[in-house]
Amino acid sequence: MASISAGVFTSHVPAIGAAMDNGVTGDDYWRPVFAGYEYSRQWMKDNLPDVIILVYNDHASAFDANFVPTFAIATGETFQPADEGWGPRPVPAVQGHPALASHLAQSVIQDDFDLTVVNSLDVDHGLTVPLSLLFGQPEEWPCKVIPLAVNVVLYPPPSGARCYALGQALQRAVASFDEDLDVQIWGTGGMSHQLQGPRAGLINSEFDNNFLDRLVSEPGDLAKVPHIDYVRLAGSEGIELVMWLVARGAMNQQVEQRHRFYHVPASNTAVGHLILENS
Amino acid sequence: MPLDKPYEDIPGTTIFDADMASKGFHLNQFCMSLMKAENRESFKADQRAYLDQWPMTEAQKEAVLARDYNAMMALGGNIYFLAKIFSSDGLSFQYAASTMTGVSEEEYRAMMLAGGRSPEGNLYTKEGS
Repeated sequence: MASISAGVFTSHVPAIGAAMDNGVTGDDYWRPVFAGYEYSRQWMKDNLPDVIILVYNDHASAFDANFVPTFAIATGETFQPADEGWGPRPVPAVQGHPALASHLAQSVIQDDFDLTVVNSLDVDHGLTVPLSLLFGQPEEWPCKVIPLAVNVVLYPPPSGARCYALGQALQRAVASFDEDLDVQIWGTGGMSHQLQGPRAGLINSEFDNNFLDRLVSEPGDLAKVPHIDYVRLAGSEGIELVMWLVARGAMNQQVEQRHRFYHVPASNTAVGHLILENS
Repeated sequence: MPLDKPYEDIPGTTIFDADMASKGFHLNQFCMSLMKAENRESFKADQRAYLDQWPMTEAQKEAVLARDYNAMMALGGNIYFLAKIFSSDGLSFQYAASTMTGVSEEEYRAMMLAGGRSPEGNLYTKEGS
């Protein structure tokens, strides 16, 4: 049987990917960011899963203003890096897991989560930057990845409670897959940031650290935080943090925290990162 | 009954809700077209002629030509769509953000290095920040 062993949570700031692609990770600005992932890269080598379910948001790359799926799961074989306006990132194509992805879609739809099913999907920095942070710059990504896209661009995104419940449904669905697979679930985006308007640059480290605490210890209560608190307190783009609740929902109530990192800034954004293992 | 929009009193912030998305549909779809290298070339060669191929309002076209991102957002643009414009210009997200806040890129970068814009005084319009 398949099961979820661990969860990885991280911001997916595009400038982090650009720093790696341009070879400037060692400069004074970026060194502290990448230092926070040194433990994580070793942990990934020691705990390489067969498949990652990677919860992220598309930033108007694969989904334009014409179609806005609230939740979409990608069941294709291969996903190419998207051209976001400066050419595709020089990273490997992402290999999917069509059998598990189709099983997850069929399971959670029957569990009342009406996912959109996507086959062809170009994946943008929201998905590739977390892979780069955790795996560095390999020729090929070392495991399969199932993209699970959450709308956080068009307001309102799904509620925290809905995201958390979807995670719980995903955990059940993984457990009913026949093949023996070690699966990780990753939640990405955040932390506090605002990319637009005169209030751009808002950072709320108190909100962020409280979120990190509660994600570990009381995720069910954290999931009740309403949208308005995210956009007011953590910035208009800070609402990406609801995606971390999908991943946390797919884990056991009790988890072991292996790593925690928080840093300001990466470009416009507060970087947060957690590695949790199921107890 | 009208929808409750509790986010309207967040200062300096435009929430891209369904009303804004409807207003900005063609502006945002124009931005999406810049994800193709050949379209970026046509846009750079004659911006006005390229914009005229889209059923956008004159105000939206003028905001794009002026690279006035706050104006584009007020007219229904969303920042992730608008990112295609400054990316095509070869400019960073941090630069674009600085233009929206009315400070230089250097001042904006220094603010971020010092921990970012504080939430204090920046959560409610009635705080008068």
